[in-house]
Amino acid sequence: MSTRIFGSGIKRREDPRLITGGAKYTDDMALPGMLHMAMLRSPYAHAHIKHIDTATAQGMEGVVAVYTATDLSLGAVPCAWLVPNSDLKTPAHPPLAADKVRYVGDAVAIVIAEDRYLAQDAADTIHVEYEVLGAVVNPEEATQEGAPQLFDDVPNNIAFRWIASSGDEGVEKAFAEADVVVKDRIVQQRLLPTAMEPRAALAQWNSGTGEMTIWCTSQNPHIHRFILSGMLGLAEHKVRVIAPEVGGGFGSKIPVYADEALAAWASMKLNRPVKWAETRSENYLVTIHGRDHIEHVEMAATSDGTITAIRGTVYAGMGAYLSTAGPGIPTILHGLMYCGPYTIPHARCESIGVFTTTTPTDAYRGAGRPEAVFLMERLIDQVARKLNMDPVELRRKNLIPPFEDGYTIPLGLTYDSGNYEVALDKALAMIGYADFRKEQAEARKQGRYLGIGVTTYCEICGLGPSQVAGATGFQGGLWESTIIRVTPTGKVHAMIGASPHGQGEETTFAQLISDEIGIPVEDIEILHGDTGNTPMGWGTYGSRTTPVAGAALVLATRKIKEKARAMAAHLLEAAVEDIDYEDGKFFVKGSPDKFKTIQEATLMATLAWNMPEGMDPGMEASQFYDPPNFVYPFGTHIAIVEIEADTGIVHLKRYVAVDDCGPQINPVIVAGQIHGGIVQGVGQALFEGVVYDEHGQLLTGSMMDYAVPRAEAFPEFELDHTVTPSPHHPVGLKGVGETGTIASTPTVYNAVIDALQPFGIKTMEMPLTAARVWEAMQRRNGSANGSTNGVHEGS
Amino acid sequence: MQVSITVNGKRYERNIDPRMLLVHFLREELGLTGTNIGCDTSQCGACTVHLNGKGVKSCTCLAVQVDGMDITTIEGLAQNGALHPMQEAFWELHGLQCGYCTPGMIMASTAYLATNPSPSEEEIRGSLEGNFCRCTGYQNIVAAIKSAAEKMQQEPVGV
Amino acid sequence: MRPGKFAYHRAETIDAALELLTNNEDAKVLAGGHSLIPALNLRLAQPEMLIDIGRLENLRGIQANGSLMIGALTTHAQIETSAAVQQYCRALSAAVSKVGDPMVRNRGTIGGNIAHADPASDPPTVLLACDSIIHLQGPDGTRTVPVQDFFLDLFTTDVQPNELVTGIEVPNMSDHKTAYAKLTHPASHYAVVGVCVAVKMDGDTCDHAHVAIGGALPKAMRSPGAEAALAGTTLDDAALNAAAEALMDEIRAEVMGDVYAPEAYRTAMAGVYLKRAIRQALAS
Repeated sequence: MSTRIFGSGIKRREDPRLITGGAKYTDDMALPGMLHMAMLRSPYAHAHIKHIDTATAQGMEGVVAVYTATDLSLGAVPCAWLVPNSDLKTPAHPPLAADKVRYVGDAVAIVIAEDRYLAQDAADTIHVEYEVLGAVVNPEEATQEGAPQLFDDVPNNIAFRWIASSGDEGVEKAFAEADVVVKDRIVQQRLLPTAMEPRAALAQWNSGTGEMTIWCTSQNPHIHRFILSGMLGLAEHKVRVIAPEVGGGFGSKIPVYADEALAAWASMKLNRPVKWAETRSENYLVTIHGRDHIEHVEMAATSDGTITAIRGTVYAGMGAYLSTAGPGIPTILHGLMYCGPYTIPHARCESIGVFTTTTPTDAYRGAGRPEAVFLMERLIDQVARKLNMDPVELRRKNLIPPFEDGYTIPLGLTYDSGNYEVALDKALAMIGYADFRKEQAEARKQGRYLGIGVTTYCEICGLGPSQVAGATGFQGGLWESTIIRVTPTGKVHAMIGASPHGQGEETTFAQLISDEIGIPVEDIEILHGDTGNTPMGWGTYGSRTTPVAGAALVLATRKIKEKARAMAAHLLEAAVEDIDYEDGKFFVKGSPDKFKTIQEATLMATLAWNMPEGMDPGMEASQFYDPPNFVYPFGTHIAIVEIEADTGIVHLKRYVAVDDCGPQINPVIVAGQIHGGIVQGVGQALFEGVVYDEHGQLLTGSMMDYAVPRAEAFPEFELDHTVTPSPHHPVGLKGVGETGTIASTPTVYNAVIDALQPFGIKTMEMPLTAARVWEAMQRRNGSANGSTNGVHEGS
Repeated sequence: MQVSITVNGKRYERNIDPRMLLVHFLREELGLTGTNIGCDTSQCGACTVHLNGKGVKSCTCLAVQVDGMDITTIEGLAQNGALHPMQEAFWELHGLQCGYCTPGMIMASTAYLATNPSPSEEEIRGSLEGNFCRCTGYQNIVAAIKSAAEKMQQEPVGV
Repeated sequence: MRPGKFAYHRAETIDAALELLTNNEDAKVLAGGHSLIPALNLRLAQPEMLIDIGRLENLRGIQANGSLMIGALTTHAQIETSAAVQQYCRALSAAVSKVGDPMVRNRGTIGGNIAHADPASDPPTVLLACDSIIHLQGPDGTRTVPVQDFFLDLFTTDVQPNELVTGIEVPNMSDHKTAYAKLTHPASHYAVVGVCVAVKMDGDTCDHAHVAIGGALPKAMRSPGAEAALAGTTLDDAALNAAAEALMDEIRAEVMGDVYAPEAYRTAMAGVYLKRAIRQALAS
């Protein structure tokens, strides 16, 4: 028997084009007669537009057209997650601002020119007269009396108010009766997703056929087609959206933005292809930001370390407009996960979505779940400190016991499967937890500050049952579909609606198919990203491609297998029930030498010279898959840090991650997802953070100011895993795209706070820059000058 | 302005606007789109190419500045259809995900090995200070460079 | 990533470059381009003309003859790998090896670096600590400026509109112990604080010390207070602490803060990195 392809770390099949420069990203495309679009964007965070003068630009060399809002016939940019029971306000988001701009970067005019330099030259000459209004960048302050109002019909800038509760009475009672209560104010700072490829779009209108083709940097081309056809007023079947090679997304390429719609509209208007490509500065200004919560959270526990309740109020910055999935992030994907992997009986999350004069926020890797895990892990450490308990033992005491098929938490979700303590123990053994505590004590005597942070997490992904999507206001389904087509010679085209952009499904999905029917991976091509040749699907985000599209793929492959089995039975003149299968061969039970290969069965089915009665020719199957539940991967991450006493610089010394995403199709690719996720999460803990000034100007608008983590900041990560299959997935798979990011932020954060225990530090704002850490140590040493800079002493 | 630039061994004569960046010359004049653009402040390294054998950021260089010089891009790294050991190593060790930073990573690291053929892990991490990756967490990139260095020590290749 | 329009002239001789500079008020000099081109890309600079001096080969290279003469067009990488620089002034090797990244160092030039006068840049601090001399050439001939008088303010130098930096003269510091210690900004990789020291030892005693600080201030500065605190001591902890205090006192009023490093932190780090620089120098 050959080595099983499922579970094998084979080399990626997408790589040859990527390592030779042969891949084609959107901005690599060029079409004859192509024009370039540049945007004129508001330099003010909040202002009335009094007058726009485009005369100079119109007359410039190479300029084909200049448009402002009054020229447009284009629908508003819609929000697609209309969270119910939240009094959601959805003020219109015009593609170009007409009378008012609401953040620095809000587009005011577009220039279409023969090349991108000339387009920029002309945009620079457009004169806009603004009447500047007050800015507000802090979501909590924006709700207060007297704050600048972004929309006339949205009082106090409150976009929505949403509550998840296990029962308010029970929550109140638990807090009233608690032996200990810890409270914290957490700032989940804004982050810049920073996919290495900035966004871009190329639109080609064919006036002869009435067809619009849009190449764009999308994680979900079918959603783009769905929304763009509406905005453009075109029939959906006349719009083709292609996400070619896409250079990372991390959530930032889920939303439909004005930019791609404007390029398409201009292409129709001018009857020429129009390309727009973002610069990095533009990316930082207008592509969605992530996080931006101000949270007031508290946890109740009994003196023996049993957590009895958790509750919080979240002010979630939505930015100036509601982005595509914006409202769903701090609500559905956040509040419902307030219990984490723990047996906490009472929980309540109130999430207040707030408009501010800033870039819109939306899903950024983890999207709502990192925030939930962070506040949980942070509060647990504080409870442990208050009770003088080991934080690991406190976690262990409250973990949900192992379950294989469903565990319902007080907030209503039913986790699929979990075995949390095993992962915890494995990670503790890897790091040498007990020994470390001794080393830490020794080091402290020498004035060295070592710290350890532990996170036990579970998260919700594999979005998700469409019924739940509908019930939570998501304006789409969350199923996936696939068509598997076997050619006469036994090669496979598998077309999926999801749209991978770095995650490696061209490899892992070929492994899934190969594992089911024995066709070698070299003979399998996974087609994705083009609405013109793939069936509908809702996209790649929320760690859903493998759990959802992968399930569709497995089930479709099994249909192929059953048809091939019937064909083989016919050819072998045996009954179908008597046919066994192994390694791509169908044979009569007990006679493995008498077989037909999957390729032979396919060829004969395709030739159709001699078909079984009632069987159609060909070898093709399609499958829709709407998952019955979400999947809930979990694990334990542990970090050790050392803090330089005189500078406050945090050195990450070791990082252990034990994750459980069920069976792994390709462990090398799984590890890669975790590595990248860890660095992104550590980025939030230590380096990254958007800063606006009080006028709404982005102070971190380039890579000179926004610290993207570099290689030098990290040790080699130590990974292991456990395997707990999802009971409802055909092969037990869970998602793994976000676990690293979800777990690593609190892990490193808690390690730093642990290291700072000699200084009595209880809580600090992220990122934990050297300056902040140093200041915290100074304050405790009594030699600082009273600056607060995000540091709060312990009680 | 008239320039003559040799790219991947082939000489190109073009009349260009002096403000054209080298990266745009490669991508738009020559159609060599393997070299990517990831920032506008000389930080990310996605646009790294070799100029007369040394790593440079092609977004921070005007095409007119390199008139008469030799450029190698990711498209020119494989010789006679055989991948460069660095390309092999990135593939073998899963040193890429979305692939956008990859051409720059490969060009930067091949140039780096020319100055330090047998680097430690720490040195490799340090050498990547001008190349950002948002997908891989760098771990497999570092491993790939280390592996390529070891292979190249055994069987030297020209870059 | 889309520079504005400009006229471009490639100078074949220094005289030709100077003539162009004299006749074009809004011209900028282009050397390696690693200060200028990012500014062009963001359209923060939109000069009418660029004068490319990148091919003036006589401005490139390092001569060690009593002192180091480093041509303005010498790249950071060339300085970093120069055995002569390593011998004459170890701190300069160290500082240029911390500029930007390997690709930036391959193109960026020392002349362009100092003419740009970015306060967070590394080389100026070393040049200041080592009493270097800047060589300039204008239409009326050449002149030299002690580096102390060269940097005037943020992005402002003594280079006149019709002058070029032609070279940097660094004294032979091999009888000193020199070091450059830097706290690196996590985003830009520029210096949050950079301290260069050059100490002359007489047995166990410090005969004299030169101390310069960059990164934290509008321009790199010498620290007379720290130098006085170190001279005549054995560079023990007490002396280092006194020097650090003196340095911090001198700069406190002028320190620039930013999102990453507020004023108080930068001030304190000046002291920390001064001590680190001295310890590194002594260990060298």
